[in-house]
Amino acid sequence: MSEVIKVGMADLKVCISPDKVTTLGLGSCVGIAIRDPETGIGGLAHIMLPDSTQIKENSNIAKFADTGIEELVRCIVKAGGARRRLVAKIAGGAQMFAFQNNSNLVRVGERNVEASKAKLKELGIPILAQDTGENYGRTVVFSPENGEFLIRAVGKELYTI
Amino acid sequence: MSKFDLNHVSQQYFDILKELGNIGAGNATTALAQMLGCKVDMKVPQVKLLDFREVGAVMGGEEQIMAGIYLLVEGDITGSIMFLLNEQSARELVAKLMGMPATSDGSLGEMELSALKEIGNIITGAYLNSLSMLTNMKIIPSVPAISIDMAGAILSVPAIEFGELGDKILLIQTQFTDDLTLDGFFILVPDLDSYDKILGSLGIN
Repeated sequence: MSEVIKVGMADLKVCISPDKVTTLGLGSCVGIAIRDPETGIGGLAHIMLPDSTQIKENSNIAKFADTGIEELVRCIVKAGGARRRLVAKIAGGAQMFAFQNNSNLVRVGERNVEASKAKLKELGIPILAQDTGENYGRTVVFSPENGEFLIRAVGKELYTI
Repeated sequence: MSKFDLNHVSQQYFDILKELGNIGAGNATTALAQMLGCKVDMKVPQVKLLDFREVGAVMGGEEQIMAGIYLLVEGDITGSIMFLLNEQSARELVAKLMGMPATSDGSLGEMELSALKEIGNIITGAYLNSLSMLTNMKIIPSVPAISIDMAGAILSVPAIEFGELGDKILLIQTQFTDDLTLDGFFILVPDLDSYDKILGSLGIN
């Protein structure tokens, strides 16, 4: 029996195929799914903020794109995944509310996506697919077995990337 | 440097934030009653300092569809305020305001969304007003923005703001009742310096 492991906000989990990882209601946060296709070891991080170095209170490393992705990779490798085979898919980073002014706060979803991509690039992990931005929330389920990243949004058909 | 640390809130601080929440929610109830032209009772609001992970559960799960009305705040303090209620409550509230039967499915129209924004505007305005009077500070809210989506997704916005301060979110849960029962939630997110200002203005150091 496969199990679906839940990842909370500012949290990350690793799982081994056929288990899956899910996170519910991603808004401006970004879900980063990484796996090693050969061993079926993978994981999901639910990050909230782009950069841990900008924030004083940064003890929860899963909260930030930079430290969260690093930690997720470390955990996957520790569980037996091969560092050089890792591939990623990302989703989320929506702008939930439309405001006139384009403050940093309002753009945080976009900044989260940019920071996640930058970190993955720095680590040399290719991004195979992404479903980011727009103005709606997403629930995601990731299967490290086949790399399927299932996305559910209110009033939309289920789709995979 | 701010003295306020959201991860280690003293009982005294928490009691003050709680009391501000109570008074604000009380004012919001009065405003709601005036708007609907009927009697509205309020249960004693519950003020909670929750871990990010627990917030979704309080509202019936991260995937519970909610209406969130969100305003930015400027003036002597800066930050934001959000009023949330579940989708069905939102539909009933709009129906009552507009004197029409409540719909249970289909997306909300432009007029309904606009009415909801206005409800959020009045309720949060009443809340901020009481905070302003108590602290003798100028608080200016922006025009409201609305989102109808999964609780987790809507909450990610204030959670991210709180996320810059710590790993917790301050939530005020209020149940309004008259002919219908509405579960509403307030989330006030002052930035770090504003916490000090609010507490300082009340004579707490």
